[in-house]
Amino acid sequence: MADSRLIRSRRGPVTYVLRVLVVLYLFLLVAWPVSLVADRAFRATGTHEGGVGPFLERLTDPATVYAFNLTITVAIWAVIANTVFGVGISLLLVRYRFVGRRVLSVLVDLPLSVSPVVVGLALVLAYSSTQGWFGGTLETIGIQVIFSTPGLILATAFVSLPLVVREVVPVLEEIGTDAEQAARSLGANGRQVFRRITLPSIKWAVVYGVVLTSARSLGEFGAVKIVSSGAEFRGETATLFVHNHYQAFDEPAAYAAALVLVLISIIALVVVTYLRPKEERA
Amino acid sequence: MSIEVRGVTKKYGDFVALDDVSVSIPTGQLTALLGPSGGGKSTLLRIIAGLEVADGGTVEIEGTDATALPPQRRNVGFVFQHYAAFKHMTVAKNVAFGLEIRKRPKAEVKAKVHELLELVHLEQFADRLPSQLSGGQRQRMALARALAVEPSVLLLDEPFGALDAKVRKELRDWLRRLHDEVHVTTVFVTHDQEEALEVADEIVVINGGRIEQVGSPDDLYDAPANDFVMGFLGEVTVLDGHLIRPHDVVVHTLPAAAGAGAVRGEVVRITRVGFEVRVAVRPEAAPEADEVVVTLTRTFARSLGLEVGSTVWLEPEDGARVVPVPRAVPVGTLGAADPTEPSEVPVA
Repeated sequence: MADSRLIRSRRGPVTYVLRVLVVLYLFLLVAWPVSLVADRAFRATGTHEGGVGPFLERLTDPATVYAFNLTITVAIWAVIANTVFGVGISLLLVRYRFVGRRVLSVLVDLPLSVSPVVVGLALVLAYSSTQGWFGGTLETIGIQVIFSTPGLILATAFVSLPLVVREVVPVLEEIGTDAEQAARSLGANGRQVFRRITLPSIKWAVVYGVVLTSARSLGEFGAVKIVSSGAEFRGETATLFVHNHYQAFDEPAAYAAALVLVLISIIALVVVTYLRPKEERA
Repeated sequence: MSIEVRGVTKKYGDFVALDDVSVSIPTGQLTALLGPSGGGKSTLLRIIAGLEVADGGTVEIEGTDATALPPQRRNVGFVFQHYAAFKHMTVAKNVAFGLEIRKRPKAEVKAKVHELLELVHLEQFADRLPSQLSGGQRQRMALARALAVEPSVLLLDEPFGALDAKVRKELRDWLRRLHDEVHVTTVFVTHDQEEALEVADEIVVINGGRIEQVGSPDDLYDAPANDFVMGFLGEVTVLDGHLIRPHDVVVHTLPAAAGAGAVRGEVVRITRVGFEVRVAVRPEAAPEADEVVVTLTRTFARSLGLEVGSTVWLEPEDGARVVPVPRAVPVGTLGAADPTEPSEVPVA
C-alpha cells in the first residue's frame, strides 16, 4: 500500500489529465444517464403527476408488485441453484483431476460470453413442449417450463452460472488441501470435512458470489425475454415490466421500476465493498 | 512392530517414487525417515497415513491391515510441514477438533485440550487464532491436535522444515523430550541428517524410492552400508581411493610417526570454522586428484604447527570406516554394485 502511494507521489500534469479523462468517461457513460433515470422517476410529464407520492403509487400498482415478486422469486431460486452447483463445480474443478476438466472449466465460463438472447433461444429449443426433448414429457406430468416460472429460473441460472464458481475457485486453490487432509487424519469423514473446514474457508467467496449472482439475476433481461410470455401478470419480470411500459408510452411507471432496479444494484455493490476487506483479512 | 510396510510401490506417471519398499517400524520409538528431496520418504509417510494410495504392497498398523482403510479410520496423527492449521478456529478449537468429531462429552474435551495445551506450552494462547501465533507455536499446536485423538502412531512430515534454524533446533530438542514423556510410536520425515542423528532412536535412509539402510544413528554413522549412506550422514573425503570421514584422518608432520601406507601430501589451504580447522591436502602421488580434507580441533592443529605449503603424511585412524569410491555408478543405483562394499581398517 505504502509503495503504490510512493510511486504516485509525484503528480505531474499527465496525472491530472488522466484523472479528468476517467472521471469524464464515467460521468458520461454511467453517472449522468443513471441520474437521469432517477430524475425522470419523480418528474411530472404530460398527463402524469410528479413527486414522491405518485412514484410510490406506481410502485404499489398490482402489476408492478407482481413483476418484482416474480423477479425476486426467480432470483432466489437461481441463486440457490447456482450456489449449490457453483460450490460443487468449484470443488470438482480444483480438487479432482479428470478427463474433460478443462472443457468443463470453459463451459462454466460460456454464459459470460454467449448473448443472453441466444441462451433464451437454446432453452426454448430444449424445453418447449412442442420441440424440446423433455418439454413434452415434463408437460404431461404437469410441469410447464417455457413461458412459465421454471423457464425463467433456468434462463436466469444459466446466465449467472459462472459468478459463484469464479469467486470460489481461486480461494479453493489458495487454501490447498493440507487442512482438509489434517481433518481427515483426525477422524472427520467427507461431509464433516466439507462442513467444518472447507465451507468456513470459502465462506466469504461464496457470499460474494451470491451477491453478484443476485444482482445479475435481478437485472437479467435478454434470456428472460425469450422464455417468458412477458405479459402483465403472466411472466412479466421487473426488467420486462420496464421494457413493456416504456414501449407502451407509460414512461413514469417504467422509470419508477428502473430506479428500483438501479437502487438494488447499488445496494449490492455497497454490500460487496463492505464484504471485500473482511474476505482479505480472513 | 507397530508399522509393517511390505512391498509398497508408488508411481507418479513414469516417476517411481517408491520401489518395492518393505520396512518395520518399532513400537514406542522415534523413527526418522531420512533422505534427499524427491527420494520418496514423504510419499511413504503419506501412504502410511492413508493420504496417498500405494500402487502395490500392504501397510499394517498395530497388527491391523490398513492398506484399504481411509485416513480417518487408521487412528494416526499427522503433522504437516506447513502446520495445516484450521485458520478459522481458535487454538483450543483446533486441538479439540478430533475429539469433537468423535463426539466426546464436553467436559472431557475441555480437560483433554487443557492438558495438551499445557504439554505443548500453549495454555495462554488457547483463545487466539492460528494467525496470531509464530511458526513454532503453530507447529506445537498441530502436534497437540494430532495427539488429542490418542493415535497409535504419530506421523510428522518435515515438521520443522518451514521454521528458521534456531526455532528448529529448539523444537527438535522439545520433540525428543515430548516423546520421552508420551511414548507414542513416532515417525518423522527429514532431509536434515543432523536432525535425524540427534532426535531419532532409529533411522531409515531412503533414496531413489528404495531403502538404503535401517539402523540406530550410531550404526549408520559408524557403519554405513554403502557410500550413499556414508555421504548423506556426514562429511566425507577421499583418501587413497576410499571414502572416509574428515575427522577420521590422522595427520603426521614427520614420516617416522606415519605407517607404511601413509599418503604424503602438501597443505594447500587451512580454513578455520569456529572450534574446528579444515585442512586441504594435495596428495603428491596424485596431484590431479581431489584434495583430501581433514578436520582437526583448533588445539590439535595448533600443536602440529601446520602452515600452507608444509608437507604432511595422512592415514586413516585405527578402526575408521572406509568405503571404496564407486566407479562411475549411475545415479539411483548407488549401493547396488559390489565395489562399494564397505571395509574396516584393522585395529593395529
